[in-house]
Parts: sequence; C-alpha cells; structure tokens
Amino acid sequence: MILDAKIPAGPLADKWDKHKFDVKLVNPSNKRKYTVLVVGTGLAGASAAASLAELGYNVQCFCFQDSPRRAHSIAAQGGINAAKNYQNDGDSTYRLFYDTIKGGDFRSREANVYRLAQISTSIIDQCVAQGVPFAREYGGLLANRSFGGAQVSRTFYARGQTGQQLLLGAYQALEKEIEKGTVQMFPRTEMLDLVMVDGTARGIVVRSLVDGAVRTHLGDAVVLATGGYGNVFYLSTNAKGSNVTAGWRAHKRGAAFANPCFTQIHPTCIPVAGDYQSKLTLMSESLRNDGRVWVPKKQGDARSPDQIAEAERDYFLERKYPSFGNLAPRDISSRAAKEACDDGRGVGPGGLGVYLDFADSIKRVGEPKIRERYGNLFEMYQRITDENPYAVPMRIFPAVHYTMGGVWVDYNLMSTIPGCFVLGEANFSDHGANRLGASALMQGLADGYFVLPATIGDYLTRQTPDKSGVVEQEAKGAAEVVTKRLNTLLGIKGKRTVDSFHRELGKIIWDECGMARSRSGLEGALKRIPELREEFWQNVAVPGSGAELNQSLEKAGRVADFLELGELMCRDALVREESCGGHFRVEHQTEDGEAKRDDEHYSFVSAWQHVGDDKPQELVKEPLVFENIQLATRSYK
Amino acid sequence: MHLKLKVWRQAAPNAAGRFVDYDAPGISPDMSFLEMLDVVNERLITGGQEPIAFDHDCREGICGSCGLMINGVAHGPNKATTTCQLHMRSYKDGDTVTIEPWRAKAFPVLKDLVVNRSAFDRIIAKGGYVSVQTGNAPDANSLPVSKSDADIAMDAAQCIGCGACVAACPNGSASLFTSAKVSHLSHLPQGQAERGRRVLAMVQHMDAEGFGGCSLYGECMEACPKRISIDHITRMNHDYLRAALTEQPERAEAGAG
Repeated sequence: MILDAKIPAGPLADKWDKHKFDVKLVNPSNKRKYTVLVVGTGLAGASAAASLAELGYNVQCFCFQDSPRRAHSIAAQGGINAAKNYQNDGDSTYRLFYDTIKGGDFRSREANVYRLAQISTSIIDQCVAQGVPFAREYGGLLANRSFGGAQVSRTFYARGQTGQQLLLGAYQALEKEIEKGTVQMFPRTEMLDLVMVDGTARGIVVRSLVDGAVRTHLGDAVVLATGGYGNVFYLSTNAKGSNVTAGWRAHKRGAAFANPCFTQIHPTCIPVAGDYQSKLTLMSESLRNDGRVWVPKKQGDARSPDQIAEAERDYFLERKYPSFGNLAPRDISSRAAKEACDDGRGVGPGGLGVYLDFADSIKRVGEPKIRERYGNLFEMYQRITDENPYAVPMRIFPAVHYTMGGVWVDYNLMSTIPGCFVLGEANFSDHGANRLGASALMQGLADGYFVLPATIGDYLTRQTPDKSGVVEQEAKGAAEVVTKRLNTLLGIKGKRTVDSFHRELGKIIWDECGMARSRSGLEGALKRIPELREEFWQNVAVPGSGAELNQSLEKAGRVADFLELGELMCRDALVREESCGGHFRVEHQTEDGEAKRDDEHYSFVSAWQHVGDDKPQELVKEPLVFENIQLATRSYK
Repeated sequence: MHLKLKVWRQAAPNAAGRFVDYDAPGISPDMSFLEMLDVVNERLITGGQEPIAFDHDCREGICGSCGLMINGVAHGPNKATTTCQLHMRSYKDGDTVTIEPWRAKAFPVLKDLVVNRSAFDRIIAKGGYVSVQTGNAPDANSLPVSKSDADIAMDAAQCIGCGACVAACPNGSASLFTSAKVSHLSHLPQGQAERGRRVLAMVQHMDAEGFGGCSLYGECMEACPKRISIDHITRMNHDYLRAALTEQPERAEAGAG
C-alpha cells in the first residue's frame, strides 16, 4: 500500500487557500441529503458536529458520557495557542509553525502544521464571539501567557480551566443545533465497530450504555473524534473512560494506525501516592511560568525543603537549558526529572518527585497575584496532597498525558478508509514526536471548526446514497460480530477483574515503553503482552449481563483493545532506532544524554496496516518531506 | 481504616431500590472517595457479585460526572469539593458512611448511584449560547470586555453541571445551574442580543422539566463544588422580570428580493 497524504502543491503559505478553492462543494440544498456520524464530543467532535450542522448536513452525534459536555477536553487547564501577536513580541504564523514543527522534533508534516498555525487566529475569534470568558487585561483586551517550547506569549487562557471554557463553547454550539433538530444527540452510547461497504465507511455499531441494546447507525461519512489512548498505561491524566476502542475498531477494519509509540509524558503531575491510585492529576504547565523546578544537590537528602539552602539546590532545568529554563518542552523536562530521580535526588515518598517552587514568584509579585493566576490549581493540589503550595513547594512527577500517535489521516483528515475521518487527538497528524503545551486545544478546534467542514464536502460529492439494502445487510453482520464479542466477554467468568489486567498492562508499558525505551525491554514487553492478553480472554471476570448498565463490561471491551494496542506500541518503538521527542531509545543518545535523532533513516511516519487477526500489522512508511525548514538538532540550551 | 458503608442499590430505573451494608476494611486516608469505592468494587467482583455502579470520569473535579449524596450531603463534607476530590482523610476509623444517588424528580435513577441528568442539557439547548455560526466572528480584540465583567462571567461559567445544587435544594430547583449560564452570558457584550429571549426560554424550560421553584434557601450555594453564588439567581430573576415585561414576540418576515 502507498500512503498518499494529498498535500496540495504550491508554496506553503498558499496551500490551504488553494486547496479550499480546489475541493468540490456540496450545493446548500443538497447538504441535508447527507448524514454524517460524529463519534465523540470533545473539542474536535463537538465543534465538528455543530459546524457541519450549521452548514446544513444531517448530523448524528455520539458520546459515551452522560452528556456531551463531559468529554475529557474539559480537563485541559493551561491554554490555547494562537499566532495573534497581540503582545508585539515577534510572533507570526511562521513562528508558530516553526515552533510546533521543532517542538515535535521534526516528525510532523509541514503542510498540516502550517495550516494549523494559520487557522489558530480564527479559533480565538470564534471562541470570543461565542462568549468564552478568556482572561483579560484592565483595558478590556485579551491577556496572554507563555508556555513551554516558545519564547513568545501566545497562549490565551481562562484561569486554569481553558479546556472547560472552550469545550462549553463548542458544547453550547452543539446544543444550539440539537435544539434546531439538525443534530441528533446520543449520549451514553459507545461505538463498538465500523460498518464497511465496498471498502468505505458507511455506519457504526453502537451499544447503549443504559440498556445494553446494540444498534447500528448508517451515514455517508463517519467522523471519529474520540481522543487519545493514554489510558493504555492505566495511570494517566486521562479521564477514566478515555479509550482507544473507536480508533482501534477502525484500524481493524483497515485504517492505518500511525506512530503509536509517540506518547507524551507530562512533567508536572502530582506524584503517585499508593497502589490503589486510579488516575494521575496534572498540574498545568503554565505553572512553570512562575514556579522553579529543583531537587537537592545531594543524593538521598531527606531534609524538608525549607532546610535546604539555596546553594544546596539544583535548579536543573535552568542549569541545563538556560535559554528556555523552566519552560523547556515537556519531553525534555520530563526526562530531566526522571534523570534527577534515577540519580537518587528525587523528593517525597519513594524519591519519585521533584519540587516546583513558587517562593521566588510570591516574593516578586505577591501571593494575591499568584492566587489569581493559579488559584484553582493550588486548591486542587492541596485537596489531593493535604499540603499548602503557597507555603511549601509542590512535589511533581511526570505522568502520561497525551498521545501524538493515532489513526493515520491525509491532509483532508480522512483515514485510509474512504469516508472515515479522524479528528483531534485521535489522529496523528500535527504534533510529530512531541506536542507543545496549549497546542492540543488549538488542533482539536482547528480540525472541528475549520478543517473538516471545508474538506468533507469533497468526499461527499462523490458519494451517492445507498439504496440497494447492502448497507443494512452489512450493518446487521457487523452488529452480530459486536454482540458475539460482548457475549464472549460475559461468558468467560474468570477470576481476575478487568482493572487488575489493566494495571498489569499499564505497568509493562510504563516500564518498557514510557520515558526511556531499550531494545531488550521492548522485546521483553512483546513477550509478556500477548501472554497477558491470552490470560485475559481466559480468566477475566465480567459480572452482570449485556442487557443493562454494566460498567465492568464497558471496561472489559476497552481493555481488550488496549491489550492489542500496547503490543503495537512496543513494536513501533522497537522499529524506530532513533530518539526523537517523547520517544527516547537509550541506545540512541548523545554524550550528555540528549536525544539523538536519525533524519537520514527515520524521517518518516510509521503507519501500521492491519492484515488479519492472527498476523502482525505491516509497516508502511510515509516519508516526511521538508521543503521549507532546515532540519536541525533540537536545542533548548 | 475500617469503614462501614450503607449504599443505595437499585438494579434498573423502575426497580425497587434499597440500602445494602458493606464492609470497607484497609482504607488509606490518602485515597479519594471514588478510589475507596473502587477497592470495594474490586472485592465485590472477585467475590462474584455485581459492583456498585456510579458515574465518574475525569476524577479531577472538572467534568461534573461524579456526584454522590454522602451522609445526606451532596459531594460530602468538604466545601467546594467534588466527590472525586474528597479524600478519605476526612473520615476516621469505624465511621459509617451512607451513600445515595442525587434525589430529584428531574434526575431519575438509572442504576445504583447513577442518575439521568439530561434535563440540564435540554435547558442549555433552549438558549444557553450565543447564536454565532462558525466563521462569523470578527477579530477577538475588536470587542473589549472590562476585566471585572470578564471575571464575573468566568465565575459563573465555571459551573460543571454536576447537579449538586438540585440534589441539595429542598425544592429540587435547578435555579443555580440555569442562572450560572444566564449570568455568564448576560455579563458579556456578546450575550446581549439574545439576553431577554435566552432567560425566558431557559427559565420556562427549567420548570417544564419538573425542577422545583427557588425560594432562596441557599443550600445550592453551600453544596456547589465551584462556589457559584446565588447572586447569579438574583441576576437571572432580574433579567427574567425585565424580559417578561419588555421582550417583543418574534416576528417571521421573509427578506425581500
């Protein structure tokens, strides 16, 4: 198979405009004849569903939560980037583009990233028009803050709840369309398979999470906006329900899955407290604007932080990366924290933590200002740890946060299955091997508000609605497969809970495919994961029946898919014999421990193609072509 | 710690429910309340029993999924704290903890501790937005908003839609929830064009869903994990009164040409 990314020809800055002119349009009165199924209601899904409905398409929208407003975009804290240059500090579309490509360690597509930077400014306009209450200056204009990996202030924010406010904006736009009848909403409904007819996506199989009914929905295109797969690690900053199932089902129906090993470990999370831990809580990267990261210089120094004099502290990010300091990108900051802890200088229980200290900032700008900027984050920290971060430094440790990998898509956001589009974190397209802070919200909304509404019509104009009944037949077959799988899970009646399998899988992936990866570790994981998967299918305990609200059954299906994805992640990490972004192979590092990229051999996207249930996926490479920027060693020193 | 739990179990929406006693030994004070329930559920599943169903997702206090009536108090004893952010250090060894779902006519129980809060979505659908289509927007800085207005709007917009206000209210009123959205948008210039229409439609729909009226008990504000103030209800009532007196009926006139 050859992957065609369908990148438009012409100069970088003109590609998107030219493409929007070249694509075929659907006549306004014909739009209502097309039905688009949108799965997921986070930033990407809600904005896409609302925007497509506004254009006149018939939209059906699905989420597993009880309301579309609960999608996990809601938890994004820090902000959203846009190249507005309101601060007059030298920002531009090109600079946002360059920062994002460099931040991604030169493993993303130029054309996609440039388009993202172009659209970024329209997103802010759109959200402000919706009434998103962004932070403002006394003059009434919008405020900005800085984020990692950038030397300009281009991040717009709403206290520490930017994701919440942006999602509520999109959710409200969606509710507006629901009220008009242009969107039909199906909450507490989980997609469990894709309906394929002649190689194109024509519908989905869903299960009602209230009464367990398995149903099919047919349409002319399917849009997956189903988020990332960070929960493969069990412990992550994702919501408990976040899962890979929709994307993985599409993968098994033919959609290539790209760069699965590119996962992001966020440097500032609250450390693990015990083995009952169910999730990890992020402390926004924006805190690094005012907090200083340090560990004691001495190994095993158990004194309380106020007893450790300035000269005995190692502000390791400021020391190693003087020009970016505490705002070094996430992958680099996480690895530096891991090194400090591996060196025996970590703090807190088990030595798995570093300090994030606000004492200097409180001295400089005063506690009220810090409270205004981060009050809700400080409160959250105190509730969880029972420590007051205004008085003692926070303890933080890296945790799984975001997945850059995902379903492969072309420039139109269509996967290798015609008619199956993938948006937001669920696709792989814009962040390369590492995502910069405040870029996920930007990408989700760019995809949903502006990219898909412009590209989906080109596909739909080439479709004629199916009248032969073939679609219904195929749908019935797909629904039977889903029901059979659910019954298999219920029928195992084993001894181990779903969560215990999930924890064990997560531990393997975290140890061997987390912040540092080695050949021997990955090979070991590739032996253990299939064994665990086999045990799962023989010994998992799923109580209850399929015809009711059954949370164990929901989890079992998701973990079954993680058990397959986890293996592919390790294979992908093993094949990529270089270090780049979040993918750090210990065999490939410089003398001072920095990532050593290999552009000559690995400047490509790894797209994995499913070729049968009993066969390993095949690797297809999409070469990355850089026409505008010079590949350089990524340095934040 | 060793706790005793009394948990509401109800197999289906129309089934009869009852309290069931459970032992919860080996509880660490650093566990969250939901992690305590996880531990209880793991033991139930291993023992061949059905786990307790409860809604939860982000577990960091922002998605609004979780919400339990704990010893008769919505989200438990701590102020401004969702159930997922409540930690077991708030309890002591030997305590008995009673756990119930939200109780309100407009929030029917689906199973055990899970309730249906879709009525909230339907209230928003009646007008909780600015009717602006994607692509319509002028430059973001073309419309200055005073910092104090933006701050008040943000205070209101923080509502997570968990439903604790309804559960805590003796009348089962959704006034705090509805007023938070009304007040968020009415404090911003973007929200002015639809201000009257919005408040009329949302308030009327709140009543239609079977939520009770507001008699300013203030229990909602006490229970709110995001400290939304009942000042917003005052604002909503003020807007409602003004709109009821001044709002013109909608006219349907086709454009010429």
